[in-house]
Amino acid sequence: MGRALGVLIWLLTIGSVWLFVNGRWWLPPYISEHGPAYDRQFLITIIVVGISFVAAQVGLGIAVWRYGSRGDRRERAVYSHGNNRLEIVWTAITALIFITLGLMGQRVWAQLHLNEAPAGATKVHVVAQQFQWNFHYPGADKTFGRTDPTLVKDAELNFVGLDEQDASAKDDQVVTTLAVPVGRPVELTLQSKDVTHDLFVPELRYKQDVVPGMAIKMHFTLTKEGRFELACAELCGQLHYKMKSYLIALPAQVYDELVALPQAQFQGRITQLIKEYPMGIKQGTVTAASR
Amino acid sequence: MEEATTPIEPSAATAPQVVAAEADPHAGAHPPHGHHGPPTGFIRKYIFSIDHKVIGIQYLLLAIFAAFVGMFMSVLMRLNLTWPGRKWTILETIFPLGAPGGVMTPEFYLSLVTMHGTIMVFFVLTTAPQGGFGNYFLPIQVGAEDMAFPVLNMLSFWVTLVGLVVLIAAIFVEGSTIIGNTDFVNNFLGGGGTGTLGPIGGWTGYPPLSALGKIAGPGQGAGATLWITSIAIFCVASLLGALNFITTLLNMRTRGMTLMRMPLTCWSWFTTAILALLAFPVLLAAGVLLLLDRHAGTSFFIPGGLVFSDAVLANKGGSPILWQHLFWFFGHPEVYIAILPGMGATSHILSTFARKPVFGYRAMVFAMFAIGLLGFFVWGHHMFISGMDPRTSIAFSVLTLSIGVPSAIKTFNWLGTLWGAKIRFTSPMMFAIGFVSLFVAGGITGLVLGQTSLDLFIHDGYFVLAHFHLVMGVAAIFGMFAGVYFWFPKMFGRMMSERLGQLHFWPTFIGVYGIFVPMHIMGIVGMPRRYASFQEYDFLRPLDPLVLLVTVAAIVTAAAQFIFLFNFIWSIFKGERASGNPWEATTLEWVTPTTPPPHDNFGGHLPTVYRGPYEFAVPDAPEDYILQTTPDAGEENVAAGAGHATAGQGVQGSSGNGHNGQH
Repeated sequence: MGRALGVLIWLLTIGSVWLFVNGRWWLPPYISEHGPAYDRQFLITIIVVGISFVAAQVGLGIAVWRYGSRGDRRERAVYSHGNNRLEIVWTAITALIFITLGLMGQRVWAQLHLNEAPAGATKVHVVAQQFQWNFHYPGADKTFGRTDPTLVKDAELNFVGLDEQDASAKDDQVVTTLAVPVGRPVELTLQSKDVTHDLFVPELRYKQDVVPGMAIKMHFTLTKEGRFELACAELCGQLHYKMKSYLIALPAQVYDELVALPQAQFQGRITQLIKEYPMGIKQGTVTAASR
Repeated sequence: MEEATTPIEPSAATAPQVVAAEADPHAGAHPPHGHHGPPTGFIRKYIFSIDHKVIGIQYLLLAIFAAFVGMFMSVLMRLNLTWPGRKWTILETIFPLGAPGGVMTPEFYLSLVTMHGTIMVFFVLTTAPQGGFGNYFLPIQVGAEDMAFPVLNMLSFWVTLVGLVVLIAAIFVEGSTIIGNTDFVNNFLGGGGTGTLGPIGGWTGYPPLSALGKIAGPGQGAGATLWITSIAIFCVASLLGALNFITTLLNMRTRGMTLMRMPLTCWSWFTTAILALLAFPVLLAAGVLLLLDRHAGTSFFIPGGLVFSDAVLANKGGSPILWQHLFWFFGHPEVYIAILPGMGATSHILSTFARKPVFGYRAMVFAMFAIGLLGFFVWGHHMFISGMDPRTSIAFSVLTLSIGVPSAIKTFNWLGTLWGAKIRFTSPMMFAIGFVSLFVAGGITGLVLGQTSLDLFIHDGYFVLAHFHLVMGVAAIFGMFAGVYFWFPKMFGRMMSERLGQLHFWPTFIGVYGIFVPMHIMGIVGMPRRYASFQEYDFLRPLDPLVLLVTVAAIVTAAAQFIFLFNFIWSIFKGERASGNPWEATTLEWVTPTTPPPHDNFGGHLPTVYRGPYEFAVPDAPEDYILQTTPDAGEENVAAGAGHATAGQGVQGSSGNGHNGQH
């Protein structure tokens, strides 16, 4: 019985490790500046976790393989209540590894969250509502028009409550697709009209809750062009699983032309871009550094 | 181990403790205590019983029922995820509104998510290990006749049962054609009849979604109200239970049962009770505030300026994040409330069937307390991306990783306990070994999730789902199975079938690996949790084979649980008669005069304890185990007065309190 259990534990360990290393499933390719650092830290952590996992399971397997009772009633186990020296050594080693990993694990976070977006970052306001993403662009004047929740009229497509009387609102565009430039810092300001949502683009390596009553800022810089699925990652109700949009990462020049378009042409151009950009990283923009 | 032969101090070391214990008014052989005699009628004996043993069994049965309900829900969820849009005629029959035409609606799926989580966390993981085994065995293991407050104990069970009834009612008030459209449901509870089934906010019930009622969509009406009410009721029950556990353990230990001679199970129930005492009031308060937001027009969790259907709500000034702080201040200790008793049972059972003392008893006690203490300072790791101050996240993150250290100590010591053992591979032992394997598999990924940076991608996805299901779900349930197989003979006086026990173990152990390891991979690819369907996203397509694998594993695992259920019920009536100490174990539950123990546990003579709990393989002892009640040579006179030292177990000249090897 002991040997069978030992073998099973090892087989399950091998199977588990295989799922991680077979190369078929892994993180999607990254498209942001912090992507490589994220992926490196993820890999280091998974390696440490994998070694610890395998070591513990192999040890457990050896113990049950070797130390099974033979059914002889005179046999005795080793009489021991422990070993303080061993206890101190492995506690110290574990503490060292875990805390080091923990400190390393703050780097990408600190870089994204403890710094403001650089001056001149491209700004987009994100307004989430049940099962729809709205993206509000400031237009050619780079100034967001006034919004007011009492002006929201979904039927008239004024999802964010834009005040048409405000001069700086005249050139603002609101669409349901997020377009941002590559190679330039981007700052999103996240707001929700109703419940908590979460903006998630796997390739971006970023999740951020969108909390009603708050205007949460997030910033990043993209390194690759392409079109990517944008999902809601915080349960927001019945059709949570369908609250989908796209992130289109455009060359800076294309982006500048896009946001300079008048309101009437903006949506049409976005639709066209969605067709132009098939899903994923646009071929030919994969830089050497990312390989 | 190199210190295996460390000489043991002479037994004089324990003498002062015995003297001290004599001063304890509860200790020693004294007349049966007055607060209750054995009841005679059926109702007082088995229904409204104040006997901790009956209450323990009631808790256990409640948890087994709840576990099967929760498991059934999880299988339904897997069916929907794997074969979206497929018709299940049976579903239409059971849930005509949740699955019209036999196809599950997304809100029905989400209500399954919510109810599965709530039932499992509260009514299984919190109920069986603590309310069930703790209730039954804590008083016996410390040598007490009952809990300190038997009536309170009865109340805590019945309040828990009310909580479960209210929770199950939450499934049926909305969308039910029978009671869904009554005035009571519509007006008082916040409305129903929307065609869904149960609340859909997840077991974490984040507001504003959970605070706004019907305008936030289906599943936010009467069902959600009952769901919060149920949790609040459960909080009260847990508080009553926790008070009782702590008082009993501190005041009612028998003569010689010093703290450091308690079985590790008692330490785990004690630590868990402290956590429950401090954590549940916070959830209770949060639940009351949420109910007020829903029904009294307050705005604790609802901020100003919310817009639904173009109308701005009147609420102002609330904070959705406040709920998350309160919820997780409870919620993280809750994880340890679920797992600590499993750790205790595993240590206890590993030692018994390894025929070897627990490796590093003291370290195990301190590690348990360290986990409990640190568990109160890490709740923020559930909220890294919630919009709270990102600097706070860093503090929470580092504290979170440090909790891995006492967890690792426990793992090392379990392996140390097995090293050099003579393992008897009984069903309880198989599950205890399974617990260690699963605890490692599930716990170790906390190193990934605890890092703020890595959380940026894996938060709220299948990676975290895999992590907590393995560690607080499956490992904890393995601890429960180990406990059931181990203590069943004492609880029911019969053995469970060993053959069926093994038949239950193997597919379950393989099955849970098959379910939860692939879920990590899904998380790495980016699969978000709480999705009613994965059909909308291209990036999830490559995961289809794993989704199928998980579902197959889930069905196999679920089916295997019926082997357990059959074994459990069959053995109560037909199992082989158990002797008083079938496992040749050492602690006080195995020295009761009858099996199951009499109403006052020890037949009017409380035992006296002479040594630590895990004296296996003591050199020169006649057997490979020494009961805690076996006196040392010099103490036999004392033992004669105590009347419970089992004849023939006296050991000449060996062993004192059993932990001296550590000093």
